Amino acid sequence: MLEALEGSMAIAKAVTRCRPEVVAAYPITPQTHIVENISKLVADGQLKTELVSVESEFSAASVVLGAAAAGARAYTASSSQGILLMAEVLFNISGMRIPMVLTCANRAIGAPINIWNDQSDSMAVRDSGWIQIYCADNQEAVDSTIQAYRITERTELPVMVCMDGFVLTHTYEPVDIPDQDLVDSYLPPFEFKRALDPMNPKSLGTMVGPDFFPEIRHSHHQAMVRSMSEIEAADADWQNLTGRQCGGLLSVDGPEDADLGILCIGSAINTLHAAREEHPELRPAKLIKLRCYRPFPAAALCEACRGLKDLVVVERAFSPGLGGIIGTEVRAALAAGDGPMPRIVNYTIGLGGRDIPIELYPQLIESLDSAHDGAFKIFDVELEKLAEEDR
Amino acid sequence: MTEIKDAQRLEELRRKHGRLAPDLSAAAEPSPNDDVRSRQPRFCGLESGHRACQGCGEALGARLVSETAGPDVMLSNATGCLEVFTTPYPQSAWRVPFVHSLFENAAAVASGMEAALKAKGKRTKVIAQGGDGGTYDIGFQALSGMLERYHNVLYVCYDNEAYMNTGIQRSGSTPHAASTTTSPAGQERMGKRHLKKDLLSIIAAHHVPYAASASVAFPVDVRRKVRRAMDVEGPTFLAIHSPCPLGWGHDGALTIQIARLAVECGLYPMVEFERGEVVSVMPIRDPKPVTEYLKVQNRYRHLFNDKDPRAREEREHLQALADFNIARYNLKGVGEDVMDTDGLDTVRRGGPVQVM
Ligand SMILES: Cc1ncc(C[n+]2csc(CCOP(=O)(O)OP(=O)(O)O)c2C)c(N)n1
Ligand code: SF4
Ligand SMILES: [Mg+2]
Repeated sequence: MLEALEGSMAIAKAVTRCRPEVVAAYPITPQTHIVENISKLVADGQLKTELVSVESEFSAASVVLGAAAAGARAYTASSSQGILLMAEVLFNISGMRIPMVLTCANRAIGAPINIWNDQSDSMAVRDSGWIQIYCADNQEAVDSTIQAYRITERTELPVMVCMDGFVLTHTYEPVDIPDQDLVDSYLPPFEFKRALDPMNPKSLGTMVGPDFFPEIRHSHHQAMVRSMSEIEAADADWQNLTGRQCGGLLSVDGPEDADLGILCIGSAINTLHAAREEHPELRPAKLIKLRCYRPFPAAALCEACRGLKDLVVVERAFSPGLGGIIGTEVRAALAAGDGPMPRIVNYTIGLGGRDIPIELYPQLIESLDSAHDGAFKIFDVELEKLAEEDR
Repeated sequence: MTEIKDAQRLEELRRKHGRLAPDLSAAAEPSPNDDVRSRQPRFCGLESGHRACQGCGEALGARLVSETAGPDVMLSNATGCLEVFTTPYPQSAWRVPFVHSLFENAAAVASGMEAALKAKGKRTKVIAQGGDGGTYDIGFQALSGMLERYHNVLYVCYDNEAYMNTGIQRSGSTPHAASTTTSPAGQERMGKRHLKKDLLSIIAAHHVPYAASASVAFPVDVRRKVRRAMDVEGPTFLAIHSPCPLGWGHDGALTIQIARLAVECGLYPMVEFERGEVVSVMPIRDPKPVTEYLKVQNRYRHLFNDKDPRAREEREHLQALADFNIARYNLKGVGEDVMDTDGLDTVRRGGPVQVM
């Protein structure tokens, strides 16, 4: 049944359906409403969980690490500075192959301090060894959260579900919160086979020297690569149960014969959809929604880009001194593939919450008239606001 | 980790360390000299064969804690010597569930483990352990949070008064005037300029049910304090003074004597707090001058340079700090108390302290 819910409330309810045994979180805009809603559900007796209201994000991540190591299904959420404060623990969680789910309500990173949406936070921890799934809308965020538990518990790789701050977290949309029975049938109780247990004592997080370290890192990489089939299967099984799917690793929408592709992650894909509909006179384009960013689905991407002459990669973060992050990775993946390379143009837009209006779409497409292969820029920057020497 | 080929020797060792099941037929007819207790299989949470230096106080302290706590525990361990010398992958010296995450989060990881056990309705006790660096300094926030949230966790700090694992750097626990690699004594400096942080009082200010200091020199006392803490349903804290022969610069054979001197001179007071109030102290029958403690350690060697007037000044400073502790906790014992520094654990190994 559809309900009009704020994104954060929808997530709190989805998390409730997953029956987490331990939740630990620390408030930060725009994740705050998620923690607040979960706290209220606990206070009202609608969510039975050990809620640990910690003194920092560092401890939030550490608490869920300890809880999951002791065999509990665990949940946390954060944003921006909080994700960075957690960074050391995030690497530790994945390195120990501890299953858990974290919602990242995407927000810019300061300085300058800025509470609005971009994806600099999750991008900054892209090498942490976590699976990263990006959501286009709140229904996807609900469904992906539930799928994430299934994925993490089967792969022993932690999953970060990324949803754009404010754009999704603070927006009311009609969403379906699946019934408890349905979720129970999809998500069996958590059995962690390496859980700490006095009857069968094990040591986790031991000191590994050069004689084993590369092998352990290799197995982590292999697990990430192999998890792609679990991510696809989790979505396919979800579709069988609910009739809804989130797009597996990535999804392509648009005319079969279009030779222009526009790739992006997160909620901006829906702006592009609306804009394309608004502008049927423009060059036809395939819209590529990259849902799973880690592991990076290189093969699926090559397949999606087959036949493209031009590819515009649109992202919500960048690496100063390099340019686009996703754009660089997409180029590498296509170069290693067997098809002909399209011209790739890479734009960062919407930093620090700058609106991405539909009017940007014709400009994106027009820019291709002059853009050279490999071009990168912050597309919506207004240079006239800067001093001459900073432009 | 030497290989023992001789089966008989192995048998002997097993018997000595109590790893055999009790021989019931023998127990049925006890000989007058038979010590039945010594034949009971003793639970060792921390096995021998780990890689600590000889005479490591921390290894001894951890053994005492894990033996006393028994098998129904889970450990969360901070980065530091204890973690490194007990878990060289693929080996582990722990017979109890053990997790090492990071340097500064042992208390938070323990909080999560405890929350999980609570959710599952289990009563296994969680013990967090860290060095003084992981407790006084970088892990302090997580520890304070754990105490405030009232998790049922015993936190044990093995206090060797510096970052030993990374090569003897100063910590908030390093005593005033001790020389470390980041507070070296030299022309301009007499070792650490600042005072040792009074962590126990800060912990006590959280009004936790139980917080105490202990020392590896008094194993019976350590065991009693661990048992006391294990009985509490709530956050408890134990700091165990653990000499580090490498970092303090003393012979490994002197660990116990030096730890004992620290207590006897008043520099490391043995105090127990309940809900923020002092409930018991270990009286010192005959306080020793601090110089007896200082002169046997290289980290204080610069305080015995007769040509340097600052040396005497710092010795006096340290004596004043010890006197302050003795006055503050009223440590001066009168008469013979079986629980005082002389009465408790009277076995002195290796004879009197050698002056080096
Ligand atoms: C965030 C972080 N900073 C620094 C270190 C390096 N480091 C590891 S152990 C250690 C010192 C440990 O000192 P202490 O807690 O007193 O334990 P000890 O080795 O003395 O038993 C340091 C500085 C680290 N592992 N992590
Ligand atoms: S350096 Fe010190 S604390 Fe570390 S193992 Fe050696 S004696 Fe123990
Ligand atoms: Mg130390």
